[in-house]
Order: sequence, then C-alpha cells, then structure tokens
Amino acid sequence: MAPFASRGVVHKKGTPILELSGVTVCYNGRVALEDVSFRLEEGEQIAVVGPNGAGKSTLFKVIAGVLRPTKGDVKVYGHEPGGHICIAYVPQRSQVDLTFPVTVADVVMMGRIGKLGPLRWPRARDWEFVHHCLQIVGLADLANRQIGELSGGQQQRVFIARALAQEAELMLMDEPLTGLDLTSQEEILRILDELRNHQVTIMVATHDLSLASERFDRVMLLNRRLLGIGHPQEVFTPEHLKEAYGGHLRLVQSADGIMVLSDTCCGRGIER
Amino acid sequence: MKGLVELLVVPLTYPFMVRGLLAAIMVGIVCSVVGTYVVLRGMAFFGDALAHAILPGIAIGYLIGGGTQGPLFWWSMVTAIVTALGIGVISKGARVKEDAAIGIVFAGMFALGIALISTVRSYAVDLAHFLFGNVLGVSTGDLWLTGIFGGVVILTVLAFYKEFLVLSFDPILASTLRIRVELLHYLLLILIAMAIVVSLQTVGVALMVAMLVTPPATAYLLTRRLPTMMALGAFIGAISGVIGLYLSYYVRVASGAAIVLVCTGFFILAFLFSPRRGLLWQR
Repeated sequence: MAPFASRGVVHKKGTPILELSGVTVCYNGRVALEDVSFRLEEGEQIAVVGPNGAGKSTLFKVIAGVLRPTKGDVKVYGHEPGGHICIAYVPQRSQVDLTFPVTVADVVMMGRIGKLGPLRWPRARDWEFVHHCLQIVGLADLANRQIGELSGGQQQRVFIARALAQEAELMLMDEPLTGLDLTSQEEILRILDELRNHQVTIMVATHDLSLASERFDRVMLLNRRLLGIGHPQEVFTPEHLKEAYGGHLRLVQSADGIMVLSDTCCGRGIER
Repeated sequence: MKGLVELLVVPLTYPFMVRGLLAAIMVGIVCSVVGTYVVLRGMAFFGDALAHAILPGIAIGYLIGGGTQGPLFWWSMVTAIVTALGIGVISKGARVKEDAAIGIVFAGMFALGIALISTVRSYAVDLAHFLFGNVLGVSTGDLWLTGIFGGVVILTVLAFYKEFLVLSFDPILASTLRIRVELLHYLLLILIAMAIVVSLQTVGVALMVAMLVTPPATAYLLTRRLPTMMALGAFIGAISGVIGLYLSYYVRVASGAAIVLVCTGFFILAFLFSPRRGLLWQR
C-alpha cells in the first residue's frame, strides 16, 4: 500500500529545522516569491508580516512541500519538505468546508493519519492522544460537536489541535487571528505560549505589526522578496515598512517611537 | 394484517421480482456509499455525466452480444473507467472551465451512443431499457457481477476510508501528510464508474445520478458524522429500492422511476423534518 502514502523521512542530525536558499516561486507568469533565503532555529516562534498578496501563503505552501519552488531549495532537517510528515499547515477557516459532517474529534484525528499508516483504524490509544491534544487547546468538552457548530476562535483551535495530533515539529499558521475578536485572539496567543513547552517551531502569518513585535521571538517582513528578518526594531524600520506597504502606510513619529497607520486591509472582514 | 403480509409476499413468488429486489438493494447500498463522497465533494454533475457517457459502451456491447448481458457489462465497465479517467485528466489541464469540459464529453459520448443504438431496428425499446433501466430483467449472472463488483467498491472505500476523508475535507492536509492525493482522486473516479455500471440495469443511465446523490444527501441532513451518513445513506438507498419495486408492481409504473421517486420522497421528508437542519425548525 506504499504508493498511497509515505511514513516520512528520517531527520538528518545537526541540520536546521528549516532552511530556505534562493527560493523563487512563479505561477501563471507571476512572481509570487523572489530569492527568499533564511533559516529557523528549533523551537522559535516567528511572525511573517506583509501586505495582502505578499506571498505569505505561497511561502507556507512551499515550506509545507505542497508547492514546489521554481528555483532554489527548501530543506527541512536536511531533506526536501515533500518527504516529511512533521510539517503542519494550519489553514485559515475560510479555506475549509465547515459544513462537512465531522466532529471536532474526527478533525483532530485526521492529523494522526500519517502516524497511523495505511489500512489501519484508530485505536483507543489514538483517541486518547486526540483527547490530550484537545485538552491542550482547551476544547476537550466540545470533542463531539460538529465542527461547524463552534465559534471561529474555537475552530482555529481545533486546527491547532490537529497539528498537535500530527506531532508536527514545524507549524505554519496562515493568519490564525484574522477575523477573531480580542478574547479569541488572546486565547490563541495563550496556546502559542503553551506550545513553547512542546518545542514546536511556529511561523504565523499576520497583518498585525504591533502584535508581531510584542509576542514573537523574531519577525519577518515579506513583500515577494524578504525585506527583513530579525528583531522587530531592526526589521520594522520606516524604510523597510515603506518598501513593504508602499503608499498605503502612514508613519507617524510619536513619543514612544514610530506609530504605523495602515489601510492595507480590505474585503477580509474586521482585523484588529 | 394478513392482507398486508399477502401484499408483501405475493410478488416474491415471481423469481424475477426476487432477483430485482436483490439487485435494487445492492445498488442502493453501493451507490450510497460512493455517493457520500459525490455529495460531499460536489461531484454530482460528474456522476450524471459519467453515467450518460457510457452509453456508447453499452451500445457496442449490445451490438456485439446481440442482447446478451455479458458483453454489455464488460463494455460498459471499460467505457466507464476510461471515460472517468479521461474526464479527470481533461478537467485538470483543460483550457475551458471544468464543468464545460465535462458537459462537452458527456453530450458527445451520449450522442454517439444514441447514434450507435439507432442503427438497430428495435431501437426505441432497447434505448428505453438502457436509459431508464429494466430491473425486472436482471439475471442470476447479473446479480453475481453486481455483488462482486459492488463488494469490491465497498471494500475499497472502507480500506481507504480515512484517506478519502482527509482528501475530501482538507486536500492541503492530505498533501502535507504525504497522501497521494492525485492517485486517490483517480481511484475515487474509478469507484464511481464501477458503482454506475453495476447500477445500470436497475435505474438506467438517465436516472443514475439520483441513486448516487439523493440517498446520501438525505442522510447528510440527518447526521453530523461521516460513517453514519454513509450507513444511513446505504439504508435509505436499499429501502427505496425495495419500496420502489413494490410500488412499480402494484401501481404499474416503470421500476427505475419508482425507485428514484421513493428516494426523492425520503429527501423531501428529511428536508422538511430533519431535527437539526430541517426547514420546519428554522423559523
């Protein structure tokens, strides 16, 4: 049954969890990413910031091995991502059919499939593990609800639990905070903090510059090209931000530093 | 009470009715199991098109075999699988939109089938059988073929249950779990093709899509879990086959149409009265 799935490659010791060198992605004659190179440390949490269409989703898909780069190399623990099952892509809620007849526990169990292997049904141990993952995100009580019955923030947490069930070492979260109210955002940020104990490396795509600089180890500024990666003070400089957002951004010098007024968001609901 | 029992038992004294009932039950189960994915993945038009597109295969089998079932079945099977894969490939790399591509293949093949059958003198009667089914003409050999291929379809769906589930719910997850997304997609197309061919005699080409779509859609309204949806769909499909055949026996309407009408009736009931999603409970 090997042709239908693979169990994942062995990690090469001493190699970084993620390394991109000169990655360029073109599709439909458009350059979505151009010459992107960086490297991640194990266990760090990094925010990926950039305007709509900056290539954040493309970057994640290349890292997840769903899309192949046109040029350049992606290496996860020394191998191409296409062989790994330790990379989780946590989707935006809008990308998933939430009327699908599955319960919360079913969705989380989907993450276990890679570990289960073909022609095997989940056993009691697997359901226990699913339950454990739901506990981490605080949703154990809702395990038997249909996924569509949950609130937006809860659904986002289900997808994080699914990534945990996958035993992902690298989680790519595509705008997990978009469209959520403040309480739900805070809940997800709490989970991100908790994940520090689990040695999970996390990349989060976000529009929120202040959140990116307050809650993450490093930030990455992207607009097709990589404009900067490192500490927020080094990356979010007026020059870089102008380059990323062009005329859409107003920078105001204030007593505590630079205030950024952005009007890049459009047609995607409330973003706070 | 005695009257009711008699009502149910009398038709069973005819062997052709017993064979018809067995065929209808198997078809109801097989179509609903595969049809669950047809409904969830929005492939109803593909299913309808595929059923119509195998008409030339039926026609060739019919012309070669002179009405015997063997060649008919095998020619239909080969045509169905080739067409399913063909549509799969075309809709992926097409310059026109997917549904337009499917429409073109479907109408072209259907016309070819009609053209071929029209070369025979008893054209109208035979065509009607292929289009609307003739479940009472099912032979013991047909039952065996239906049972074997239907069994293969169901076992395959069960064997790859969790892979098909992920593929349908979240293709990107399937891809990051390194499941062979394309291979499984084509496998599903083949399973749909097989389900259609084993159901040919029962409901015919024109009403096939109802067997694939209506019972699972009814089940969808009544449950929130996939395994339940599949089982319930299979039950609704099978029971509709039985009720439909009795109706056709007593009311003297075409059997395929009767079966489909019963399915539709169940759907309307669920649509109105389903505990969670029914129209009546939503203000």
